[in-house]
Amino acid sequence: MQTEKPYQRWILSAISIFLKDWHSELRTRYAISALVMFVVTTISVIVFALGSESAPVDALSGMLWVVIFFAAMSGLSRTFVAEEERGTVMTLQLVAEPSAVYFGKLLFNLVLIVGVNLFTVILYAIFLNGFVIQSFSIFAGTILLGSIGLAASSTIIAAIIAKANTKGTLYPVLSFPILLPLLLTCINATRLAVEGALLSEAMGEFQFLVSYIVVVVTASSILFEYIWKD
Amino acid sequence: MLKAVLFVWMTVVVILALGLPMVNQPQAWYQFPTIPALEEKARIMFFHVPTAWLSVVAFVTSMVYGIRYLRNKQTEDDIKSSAAAGLGFLFCFLATATGAIWAKFSWGTYWNWDPRQTSIFVLLLIYGAYFALRSAVEVEEKRATLAAVYSIIAAITMPFFMFIMPRMLASLHPEPILNVQGKIQMNATMLIVFVSSLAGFTGLYYWMWKLQVRAQTLESKRHFS
Repeated sequence: MQTEKPYQRWILSAISIFLKDWHSELRTRYAISALVMFVVTTISVIVFALGSESAPVDALSGMLWVVIFFAAMSGLSRTFVAEEERGTVMTLQLVAEPSAVYFGKLLFNLVLIVGVNLFTVILYAIFLNGFVIQSFSIFAGTILLGSIGLAASSTIIAAIIAKANTKGTLYPVLSFPILLPLLLTCINATRLAVEGALLSEAMGEFQFLVSYIVVVVTASSILFEYIWKD
Repeated sequence: MLKAVLFVWMTVVVILALGLPMVNQPQAWYQFPTIPALEEKARIMFFHVPTAWLSVVAFVTSMVYGIRYLRNKQTEDDIKSSAAAGLGFLFCFLATATGAIWAKFSWGTYWNWDPRQTSIFVLLLIYGAYFALRSAVEVEEKRATLAAVYSIIAAITMPFFMFIMPRMLASLHPEPILNVQGKIQMNATMLIVFVSSLAGFTGLYYWMWKLQVRAQTLESKRHFS
């Protein structure tokens, strides 16, 4: 067997951190059950609040992202907060490089948020009759890129939050200004998808989302080291 | 010394900005031209624009000292960074308030989510979040590090905001400095008063910042002894 190169070891440790989180999540189902129940509760509140009224399409595509944003805020800080609570931060610092930890956690949050968003969208489409997607490609692209962007920003904020005292309330407060450009663009793209725009019309939004993701992930991977090492 | 100079400077600026008459066709050196649609309300730019400018300057200062803190972990850099953020919050609030008052008389409503209003609102939110974060961490080094990282992340996402806002809504905000189409005419007197006000406010900010840094440095030393 040949010796491992440094980047191979880096990829391996990032993947094993992802797998570690994945297995411990499957064992406790803490984040998944919290997120699923959050989404079910919020959507039923919206349905009850609307009653027999039908909300305009703009409001519906806005509310979808309100649900997604707060769902992310209720579950995505778990990966880092759990490490602090279990006291396993030191161990992780010893066995893996900071950037590998960051990308492992990012991957875990990404898988979690993509799954939750799919669930949210399905429920939303079933229960809110006015919400009919005309152009599916724009919608799929928006949900995918929006999830990646959401995971990117909320992972680094979660790392900050885990070190603070008031973890729960501070998380949405810190994340909102960072996520607002992303949310506004996603709401706009969702409206285009519901209105049945052509894929080329949403290209500006997609380019924006991709550049947002690239900038946030790059900056986070550099800055994470400072947060992680006490 | 700086204090006395600033006092005289700002007094003169305030008197000129509020006192010089506005006429349709300025003849003498001491007259301001009337700007169509703005008229007497244009005088707010002598105070509103400098405060908005300083809220951005303070934001950048805070980030720069945040980066310096991350590089060499000197407590004084964190003090400089947080002092700048505190003043930035103050000036940001003043810019928002003066802007809202002006909007009431020009647009008929205090707040209508004009792109400029939305972006200054986000800046206020960032400052608020920054201080919420600082108050939630007790250990000094940790607080400084986390605050620095947060201010950098906030600063790199701000340009996205500047980019998308104009695409979403057309702004009604007048642009006296970046006066591309030449819609708003300032004569030389007006421009001199405006630039002096900008310089005076920047000097005021610098003086307040130095004072804050000195006070907080003394405070932190007292904690140690």
